[in-house]
Amino acid sequence: MGAPFALELKGITKTFGSTIANKDVDLQVKNGEILSILGENGSGKTTLMNMVSGIYFPDSGEIYVDGKEVVIKSPKDAFDLKIGMIHQHFKLVDVFNAVQNIVLGVNDGKKYNLKEAEKRVKAICDKYGFVIDFSKKIYEMSVSEKQTVEIIKVLYRGADILILDEPTAVLTPQETEKLFDVLRKMREDNKSIIIITHKLHEVLEISDRVTILRKGMYVGTVETKDATEQSLTEMMMGEKVSLNIKRTEPKNPELRIDVKNLSVKNHEGKLVLDNVNFTANSGEILGIAGISGCGQKELLESIAGLQQTVKGSSILYKSKDGEESQLVGKSPKEIRKLGVALSFVPEDRLGMGLVGNMDIVDNMMLRSYKGGHTAFLERKAPKDLANTIIKDLEVVTPSAETPVRRLSGGNVQKVLVGREIASNPTVLMVAYPVRGLDVNSSYLIYDLLNKQKEHGTSVIFVGEDLDVLIELCDRIMVMNSGKITGIVDGRTAKKDEIGILMTKNTDREGKA
Amino acid sequence: MSNKKVREPLFHVAKRGYVPKYKSWAIRLGSIIAALIVCAVVTMLLTGENPISVYKTMFEGAFGTERKIWKLLQSLAMLLCVSLAITPAFKMRFWNIGGEGQVLIGGLATAACMILLGGKVPNALLIIIMLVASIIAGAVWALIPAVFKARFNTNETLFTLMMNYVAIQIVSYFCMYWENPKGSGKIGVINSNTMDGWLPTIGKYDYLLNIIIVLVITIAMYVYLKYSKHGYEISVVGESENTARYIGINVKKVIMRTLFLSGAICGIAGFLLVGGTDHTISSTTADGRGFTAIMVSWLAKFNPIYMILTSFLLVFLDAGASQISMVFNLNESFSDIITGIILFFIIGSEFFINYELKFRKSKKEVK
Repeated sequence: MGAPFALELKGITKTFGSTIANKDVDLQVKNGEILSILGENGSGKTTLMNMVSGIYFPDSGEIYVDGKEVVIKSPKDAFDLKIGMIHQHFKLVDVFNAVQNIVLGVNDGKKYNLKEAEKRVKAICDKYGFVIDFSKKIYEMSVSEKQTVEIIKVLYRGADILILDEPTAVLTPQETEKLFDVLRKMREDNKSIIIITHKLHEVLEISDRVTILRKGMYVGTVETKDATEQSLTEMMMGEKVSLNIKRTEPKNPELRIDVKNLSVKNHEGKLVLDNVNFTANSGEILGIAGISGCGQKELLESIAGLQQTVKGSSILYKSKDGEESQLVGKSPKEIRKLGVALSFVPEDRLGMGLVGNMDIVDNMMLRSYKGGHTAFLERKAPKDLANTIIKDLEVVTPSAETPVRRLSGGNVQKVLVGREIASNPTVLMVAYPVRGLDVNSSYLIYDLLNKQKEHGTSVIFVGEDLDVLIELCDRIMVMNSGKITGIVDGRTAKKDEIGILMTKNTDREGKA
Repeated sequence: MSNKKVREPLFHVAKRGYVPKYKSWAIRLGSIIAALIVCAVVTMLLTGENPISVYKTMFEGAFGTERKIWKLLQSLAMLLCVSLAITPAFKMRFWNIGGEGQVLIGGLATAACMILLGGKVPNALLIIIMLVASIIAGAVWALIPAVFKARFNTNETLFTLMMNYVAIQIVSYFCMYWENPKGSGKIGVINSNTMDGWLPTIGKYDYLLNIIIVLVITIAMYVYLKYSKHGYEISVVGESENTARYIGINVKKVIMRTLFLSGAICGIAGFLLVGGTDHTISSTTADGRGFTAIMVSWLAKFNPIYMILTSFLLVFLDAGASQISMVFNLNESFSDIITGIILFFIIGSEFFINYELKFRKSKKEVK
């Protein structure tokens, strides 16, 4: 059956504790082809590739390179098999220049000779059309230049199979074009390239075949020329699953939060929120859908007073009595002083919402410890609250004095959500509240959110599971690369409609 | 080629989950026993002495006479005082390794008051001025790196370390400036005739006042860290700055306030050393306590009550080890070897409390 595959995976399974990252995944890459691995966040794309590049070791399954079974125990083994991975987060030494970074860790038995190395690097650049400034230190480089260095680094070590983890996530459209040109040249040179991505148009543009993963499972592999955005979305999202989450009609919704022209820049000066406008009403659940890292975190943090916003941004809070207050430029403390009862369940539960090493009682106190007139802490009320939450939300814990770090993910989340709801918020923001939770805990959280909605709270729910968003939320706002690409009605929305809003290219619109 | 069987290494290190208290103390006790056995072997190999008699000598060095016991308690109190001082900073994950300099500057302020104001103001007032001056001096010395950390996010480890050397040089300068007698290059006993500014002694016990003061500070620090709002804020900032921001704690303010406190208590340690016991100052007045204190504080997991135990352990080892080298006519270094081995085991035991070695379950392949 012709030449063996450059790389073939058979029945790869990897679990982390009780979570299954990959189950029975097959994959084949030929020489001289570009293969895309497509899937939503958390579908196990990166984990799978980390096993090929020697970072993780599979629980079971086989890996073949050029038809021979191999064992990859470390990144070094992977390099010996001519497999190189370019990670999403670059692994470069900031104060070195490109060539120094490229030769770092190369052990070819020859003498360390930078001049010689530079010649070889130049040859690689000329061959594939990389442009690189040898005098620049890494910290002076743009993200795209850093990525170039990473790619050359892998080629310098003689890799024939290149794996790129979301290479275009950090690039501008022009830079993406350049990268694709380079990748095509590599394909002509008979290299095998694997791109991890969730951008459909890129998949269609660059790859020869697409392998699709969903929730760690292998869905299928298709020839790109036979695929359309529609067909790929369907494979990626799967059939609609009915969850039977109850949803009531919003009662007397009134305007609570009015966001206008909200923009946020990250520390590299790139816009992560780009002119966002929307409203959130009392008594309704506003869902936010989107690939993670599209500005959801920054959006919630801006409202909570934790983000520096660009000038001209406005977040108006309208209280029940119709009083308006501007939240932009205020700290969390000042927002609370305004009388805005804002609760926030952040994505990073133990890194932001709670303190892992403190017990449940002390974590309850985070919101309330400032009360009272003495310099000393009052632990009675938080202790009662802790016990109430443990009882009402069925938190499994040895006692209220157990550090939350020792609880399971679902119980940690119950503690956090319980505390945030306890303060009777008028606005409740939750980010990925059911991530890592089992089915029962998830439904308990949905119930709590629904109860808040009935109380007249304005609930903002950032989620990743479209089935849940469609069944739970009254309105769903779709974010894509820091922009809002649409707001749809949760009662009529279709899964693929949201899927396309999530993945369609925003950068090139209006430019062509 | 069935190299699959050798893919798992012989053992790997895994983080332990929950470790019950009795188990962690059993590991600690085991480490001390192991340390004593290793020390015994090393002693026999190097010197041929009977290890039991070496340990006995060590014990005598620490508790042999009443004077020795008082001396031990005094060293314990002073080490504990500095340890208490740096604890809030370390609990906040602010690496204050400048305790040495903060103690010295506090001591210098005390000495300056004694020299300049001795005999000019009533003694009680002088002592109060000395105390206030030492607190302010120590606090300012700690506040400088804290302000830079809060405003510009400078590295506090280097900054506080460098501040030590600045303090040492300033003290050296004043030792020459106020040298007494002339030409000696050092400050002799200050106000040796009038005893102006000397802290009062309780009965015939020279060190008792210091010990009582430190005991009060210990309890106060315990309460402050565990039951006060400030103490709670320190814990939150130390555990996660993100959480602190999320609930609206002003992180910069907490950093500066805590370092002010840390430096102030270091200043008090300097005040007790200069005004209470030494009645003089030199660049070695702090005697490395600013660094040893870090070990005391970490070993006790920042709990002031446990710190009494850990500082006792360190001063006991120190006193015992120097007795060994004296009695057995051994080189100074021998006592350092013994101290080193014991500390190595005790600190090493923390690793085994947090991690465990997991050996490969089955040993299928036979060569």
